[in-house]
Amino acid sequence: MRRRKIDVAALPGAAATQVDDRLTLATPLRKAFNKVFPDHWSFLLGEIALYSFIVLLLTGTFLAFFFDPSMQDVQYNGSFTPLRGVQMSQAYSSSLHLSFDVRGGLFLRQMHHWAALLFMAAIIVHMLRVFFTGAFRKPRELNWIVGILLFWMGFLEGFCGYSLPDDALSGTGLRIASAIVLSIPLVGSWVATSLFGGEFPGDVILDRLYITHVLLVPGAILALITVHLALLVKQMHTQWPGPGRTNRNVIGVRMFPGFAVKTTGFFMMVFATIALLAGVFQINPIWLFGPYRPAVVSAASQPDWYVMFLDGSTRLMPAWEIRFHLAGHAYMIPAVFWPTVVLPGLLTVLPLLYPFLEARFTKDRQHHHLLQRPRDVPLRTGLGAMAVTFYLVLFVSGGNDVIADKFNISLNAMTWAGRIGLLILPPLAYYLAYRISLGLQQHDREVLAHGIETGIIKRAPDGRFYEVHQPLGPVDEHGHSALEYQGWSVPKKMNRVGALVPAIRGFFFPVERAPERELPEAPISPAPDRQEISSH
Amino acid sequence: MTPGDEAGRRRGFVARLRTRRSVPRGRLQRRVFAGARLVLALALVGGLYAGLTPHASAEDTPTLSGAAAEGKALYDRSCISCHGENAQGVPGRGPSLLGLGSAAVEFQVTTGRMPLTMQGAQAERKPPVFTDDQARMLGAYIQALGGGPQLPPGNDLHSQGDIAQGGDLFRVNCAACHAFGTGGGALSSGKSAPSLGEATDRQMYAAMLTGPQNMPVFGDNQLSPQEKEDIIAYVQNLKSDQDPGGFGLGKLGPVPEALVIFLVGIVFLVVVSLWIAGKS
Ligand code: HEC
Ligand code: HEC
Ligand code: HEM
Repeated sequence: MRRRKIDVAALPGAAATQVDDRLTLATPLRKAFNKVFPDHWSFLLGEIALYSFIVLLLTGTFLAFFFDPSMQDVQYNGSFTPLRGVQMSQAYSSSLHLSFDVRGGLFLRQMHHWAALLFMAAIIVHMLRVFFTGAFRKPRELNWIVGILLFWMGFLEGFCGYSLPDDALSGTGLRIASAIVLSIPLVGSWVATSLFGGEFPGDVILDRLYITHVLLVPGAILALITVHLALLVKQMHTQWPGPGRTNRNVIGVRMFPGFAVKTTGFFMMVFATIALLAGVFQINPIWLFGPYRPAVVSAASQPDWYVMFLDGSTRLMPAWEIRFHLAGHAYMIPAVFWPTVVLPGLLTVLPLLYPFLEARFTKDRQHHHLLQRPRDVPLRTGLGAMAVTFYLVLFVSGGNDVIADKFNISLNAMTWAGRIGLLILPPLAYYLAYRISLGLQQHDREVLAHGIETGIIKRAPDGRFYEVHQPLGPVDEHGHSALEYQGWSVPKKMNRVGALVPAIRGFFFPVERAPERELPEAPISPAPDRQEISSH
Repeated sequence: MTPGDEAGRRRGFVARLRTRRSVPRGRLQRRVFAGARLVLALALVGGLYAGLTPHASAEDTPTLSGAAAEGKALYDRSCISCHGENAQGVPGRGPSLLGLGSAAVEFQVTTGRMPLTMQGAQAERKPPVFTDDQARMLGAYIQALGGGPQLPPGNDLHSQGDIAQGGDLFRVNCAACHAFGTGGGALSSGKSAPSLGEATDRQMYAAMLTGPQNMPVFGDNQLSPQEKEDIIAYVQNLKSDQDPGGFGLGKLGPVPEALVIFLVGIVFLVVVSLWIAGKS
């Protein structure tokens, strides 16, 4: 018998060749591995959302092994004594079972819920990044739209999940949702009856929410994420302007190995953060809320944070009802219709249209692959600040009873402050953001023309004092340089142009040794004054 | 109507007498006049009653038991300025305490609400001025004067209670104001339902029995004594129970959770992204 010699080191390569022979994967894979990711922290915000979603899928699947969405009445006999013997729905009972009698169940429930909050928070922060840097401009409008849809899908998914355990808080939320649906003119009662299979609460709603929560919406989100990422690969990343960066290239790290290593690390950090939150902070203690009963409405009944702004808009809305007659029938539009149907409608449509509106008003039909600094587009920055302020006022008002109680403010005062604030603060925010942007722009131009303030005061022989400026480029006879603003940050401190000992790299501990101090030639200008500045 | 309003109306009435019929009466004036007449009639009846009945204190004092007598001494030192002689109330300063019973007094005194130091939206809980014994003496005194609801004896009003039953009752009757986690909540116009964190068994029982200020009275026909003890058992159990899920965030629901996700979750991960993006 002859022993075949196997070269172990060549095995993977040989296997890969065999695979490539059949599937011709090398070319597309090479392309994928070579995809370049820009290296700026703000590009990682979207990844937080992506990774929280993966955590949601994992933990959610675990929960689904034990959760039972049935609304059948049962008596609780589990190990949480304060609820033993209480009548409740099977759904609530199984959530309690999951929390107290399944090993690791409470931890995974908490992970699932924290991941949901993080998912939505990351979507918002990511969206703000995209908005304020103009990354949504042509050709990326479609991805902006996909992003907005992702937000609303996450919103829906979170709301369905929040309603599943059938505790008093989620029941209160469902009750409000049914009131909102009922408030829609003409079709409201029909839609509500179809959703709940009759009168609220009926006995089918949990089953429907469940299938929506574990299948339909996650499927939709997954599809949207796929489109989102596919578009990203196709259209390539935007990037910040900078040396060598143009509208036609992307500078950064390659997918493999640089980015892959980083992003795996980042996934682990997101996972760890969620696990940490779940281990340290209690979330949604359903055993305190008790089973849902129509008569139970606790103080501090709030939805999760991403729904809270709608709660706030409802709290601020004055109780205005509109009554009218149509074709011999009397109709009434209750006050909740405006803050909970019309407002979210506007909040969906306006952002969806924003890229097109902006292009229309700026008459800008170009492709853009370079980002803009918020200060360079004061109008958009102002509008964004306005929207954020509007949202924040609603958000804070959504928790106004808790805030009023804990900070000893009158609840009525909070409501009125919210109403007035909603009208006054957004324009104010617009104005401030606009002025601040202009101020920052001007300062950039000033530094480009006059150089960096060194903080060194010189006294001339005739007794005049003046501050020494470090020019950033060649100067004319007035000491001004004619540098053009490049759309990226202008160095404003001397150590940014190499005047001081260069900072040693390394986040927690130095990863390099300090170079021998031999003053390097200044990279940007001949800098005649350098000697004085760095004398030590 | 507070006593202060009455006084204002009476002055209006006197003024009206002087300027009678000089101008036609408006609706408001007619109302003021009617109100003034009512006040006058009440004052007349009250005066007659006071004049015709023998002086209450003169007869009551000798019949007071030992505790009640000591209570009266305390009362005359600390409470009389606002609640008046024989707890009949002083207009504009404090209400009459007749008929409130020892339960109300014990609640107000042991939670430190009385003696009141400052008029606000509502009397707040503060460190008590009197010991529990003194509070009981004060209660005995008020009880002797006008009768009213009393607390059952003993400091332990929870171990006979059924926690699960109490939880159900608590969520239906109390959570609307005190919140599911007993952390309290805001009511309208700067008033609030306090946290139950410090309340003792007796104070909770008394609060239900007497309904201080904006809290409704839960008399024995609404919540039987057994049901009251069930509720107390639930609340005390909740307070002694550790949060199974970690730090409880004040059991205030989704509002603090929202703070945590941004201030801890997002902030931490942004720092992480700075770190990761910075390492090329
Ligand atoms: C500074 C004035 C003041 C003093 C002193 C004071 N009280 Fe009061 N008391 C009030 C006022 C005003 C109220 C009603 C408003 C409130 O409850 O906040 C009140 C309410 C009460 C009530 C509850 C009445 C109800 O309707 O439930 C009781 C019982 C009471 N006081 C007992 C006492 C006792 C006992 C003392 C002496 C230890 C005392 N108070 C001292 C002003 C005072
Ligand atoms: C309508 C709202 C409301 C409801 C319902 C209510 N309370 Fe209260 N409760 C209050 C308010 C307001 C106070 C504060 C009274 C004061 O300061 O004199 C209070 C005070 C108390 C206190 C005194 C707390 C302290 O430490 O000072 C206790 C105990 C209490 N409530 C228990 C209960 C229980 C038990 C129930 C249910 C059976 C209940 N409450 C239902 C509004 C409410
Ligand atoms: C974007 C994705 C998702 C979001 C935002 C989300 C959100 C939520 C929320 C807020 C809850 C309430 C949790 C609690 O009890 O405290 C919940 C419950 C639940 N989720 Fe999700 N979820 C998502 C995806 C999934 C997936 C993919 C599954 C399963 C495959 C799943 C399964 C469940 C189950 C079974 C429950 C009920 C568990 C219980 O409360 O006992 N979820 N979800």
